[in-house]
Amino acid sequence: MGEKVMVKGTEAIGEAAIRAGCRVYFGYPITPQSELTEYMSRRMEEVGGVFLQAESEVATVNMMYGASSVGARVMTSTSSPGFSLMQEGISYMANAQLPAVFVDVVRGGPGLGDIQPSQGDYFQIVKGGGHGDYRLPVYSPSSLQEAVELTIHAFDVADKYRTPVVIFADGMMGQMMEPVEFPEPIDPGTIPEKDWALTGAKGREARYVTSFDIDPYKLEKMNLELQEKYKKIIEEEQKWEEFMTEDIEVLFVAHGTVGRIVKSAVKIAREKGIKAGLFRPISLFPFPYKRLSELSEKVDVVMTVEMSSGQMLEDVKLAVLGKARTPFYGRLAGVIPTPNEIFEALMKELRR
Amino acid sequence: MEKLQQDAIVLAKMPKSLNKKEFTYCPGCHHGIVHRLVAELIDEFNLRERTVLVAPVGCSVFAYEFFNVDGTVAAHGRALAVATGMKRARPDLFIITYQGDGDLAAIGTAETIHAANRGERVTTVFINNAVYGMTGGQMAPTTLLGMKTTTSPYGRRPEKEGYPIHIMEIMRELPGVAYAERVKVSKPQDVPKAKIAIKKAFYAQLLDLGFGIVEVLSTCPTNWGMDPVEAGKWLDENMVKEFPLGVYVDKVTEVMKEKGVK
Amino acid sequence: MMEHRLIAAGFGGQGVMLFGQLVASAGMIENKNVTWLPSYGPEMRGGTANCTVVVSDEPVASPVVDTPSEIAIFNIPSLLKFEPTLEEGGVLVMNTSMIDREPSRKDITVIKVPANEVADELGVLKAQNMVMLGAYIETTKAVNVESILKALEKKMTGKKAQFLDVNKRAIEKGMKIAREQLK
Repeated sequence: MGEKVMVKGTEAIGEAAIRAGCRVYFGYPITPQSELTEYMSRRMEEVGGVFLQAESEVATVNMMYGASSVGARVMTSTSSPGFSLMQEGISYMANAQLPAVFVDVVRGGPGLGDIQPSQGDYFQIVKGGGHGDYRLPVYSPSSLQEAVELTIHAFDVADKYRTPVVIFADGMMGQMMEPVEFPEPIDPGTIPEKDWALTGAKGREARYVTSFDIDPYKLEKMNLELQEKYKKIIEEEQKWEEFMTEDIEVLFVAHGTVGRIVKSAVKIAREKGIKAGLFRPISLFPFPYKRLSELSEKVDVVMTVEMSSGQMLEDVKLAVLGKARTPFYGRLAGVIPTPNEIFEALMKELRR
Repeated sequence: MEKLQQDAIVLAKMPKSLNKKEFTYCPGCHHGIVHRLVAELIDEFNLRERTVLVAPVGCSVFAYEFFNVDGTVAAHGRALAVATGMKRARPDLFIITYQGDGDLAAIGTAETIHAANRGERVTTVFINNAVYGMTGGQMAPTTLLGMKTTTSPYGRRPEKEGYPIHIMEIMRELPGVAYAERVKVSKPQDVPKAKIAIKKAFYAQLLDLGFGIVEVLSTCPTNWGMDPVEAGKWLDENMVKEFPLGVYVDKVTEVMKEKGVK
Repeated sequence: MMEHRLIAAGFGGQGVMLFGQLVASAGMIENKNVTWLPSYGPEMRGGTANCTVVVSDEPVASPVVDTPSEIAIFNIPSLLKFEPTLEEGGVLVMNTSMIDREPSRKDITVIKVPANEVADELGVLKAQNMVMLGAYIETTKAVNVESILKALEKKMTGKKAQFLDVNKRAIEKGMKIAREQLK
């Protein structure tokens, strides 16, 4: 680790990607992530990498498909409407088993929506916005330091499991500044060679990377391989944070920047004598059901807070399975909930 | 027609860059001829070990299985974006996209024009048979006026379905293009000409000059409802009128001469 | 536990973002936990700008603040918006060159800074935000002036370096104004 530097969220993620050995970036401008694309246009030149502004998000994701299939560590960054346009390509990449990292700086929707922070794309990102039976590992950071670490981790997970990975960020994370320590950069030359990549059939049989098989039995086999992989990811890649959960009476569940805001609400509640705690899923797929289930046995109320109408709430309910009440507090369309209003929402629920 | 194809096969040996796998294309379809030309050129340039082929969605979706080179299938229309990603990440590879008219000139128009305009160092073989083959003969962007298809049952009318799109004529306006030519392979004497065209499109990439594309007017006897010989004749009489053959962009020949390559 | 929750607000161009960044950077230099969040809500409209800074001994929980412990106010709309949100006993530092009215709260500490006049006297009107900054740190002790100056030196490089000295003097003037009012 080097010294602490004050950086913007967009830059923190971009620099983390460079340090993870990413040398290929394709992107298309969209608020509120354009600064990341701008950062990469500057930095890729400096490190001898590839930066290309594509003609659309549709082209972007397919350029990623191309670069990934020849073995490159590749990334893009976009925001909600752009991520919608990438869904077809992501589905193709999932079945072609192509690693890549997508940063989705989620904004208010649906439609053109607005440019403020939101978590309203949870279903799309976590449950799969494209066609077919696939899942994507998804990480939701709540601080810039964590964003740096998860971005680097995302490249490793992508390569290890041969899958696209998503960093679920929001506009608040993109715009805010915080001190960050960057780890030492990885030399891209030291990243293990990919024995499936399309590098030219030199001294070996020709190989294909494809999401296609016209024979349903063969395609089913491909599908089962994917499912096997997802099972392994569920077993090995769950991440979460527990905040003041040792003696809880009530439990909040929130992810990303909201998770961070809820920490302040927990502190307010504790000052008033309510033993609140926070469970913050960091990996949204795989969702840490088991641990949340265990915690929910200790409390009567598990309150989910999101910048959405209650999408992660469905996963929370699947974990709690009726063992506790599962109320919800959310703000929509880019309105950020504040610590006091979250605390008030909890009080209202406890008075019921 | 069938006889001619047979003769061609007898005259030459199987290219290394083709698999032993039998083509699954319909009788009289031109994909087979064009596949062979591409494979022969890969062999002649000794490129097999660094070629990656991007197949499209369409009849030639299986192209990557017929070629004995590394390959993939792009999403419908996105072959040139995929090719861009490959070439940018690995400039040492030789990248070919093989696309039909629906893929390249309808759903993938944006990717086609922007890859061409950026002068991506990739080579595109564009099969124009004026119809969507794989999905069963629907109207294509290149369907001729008056031509009946399963989605233009009254014949293509300009006031309703618009006009056939001319990709080579568009390519002429894009500075990133180093080579663009429209050819056909409906008669035996066309085939060597088509091969020279594709060779120059290869050189556009190999000599780092820009984007290279060859449009091959092709038959689709099955969906045109004709036998192979009729289809070839129909192509010569109708398609060539709408889509004039010839070189539209050539920044290659002169450099070839300078460098003394053939 | 020490935690400063600051909102700095004014018109775009008054340097409120830099004001906040310098506080955050100074906090980082002092090894404190800090966040800086620019106005990123619906309030972005209308040409006003604000940023929220948290400086804390502990890891910062919410970078979003609804009850600031201190506010630095550069214009009337921001006074109207943020004065009611200020924590009981909180600190209001206001630029009286721009605000010709009195705050309505009686339960807070108010520091009045004629920042534009002071900066004008120094010959660089733009340095009014530094006068405000000096008054702010003197009043709240959120960060030391030494750290602010270090942060400023890092920020003002190249062509901007020529303004370092006048900015330092502006900060000192602001500190003096606050000191006199706090007596």
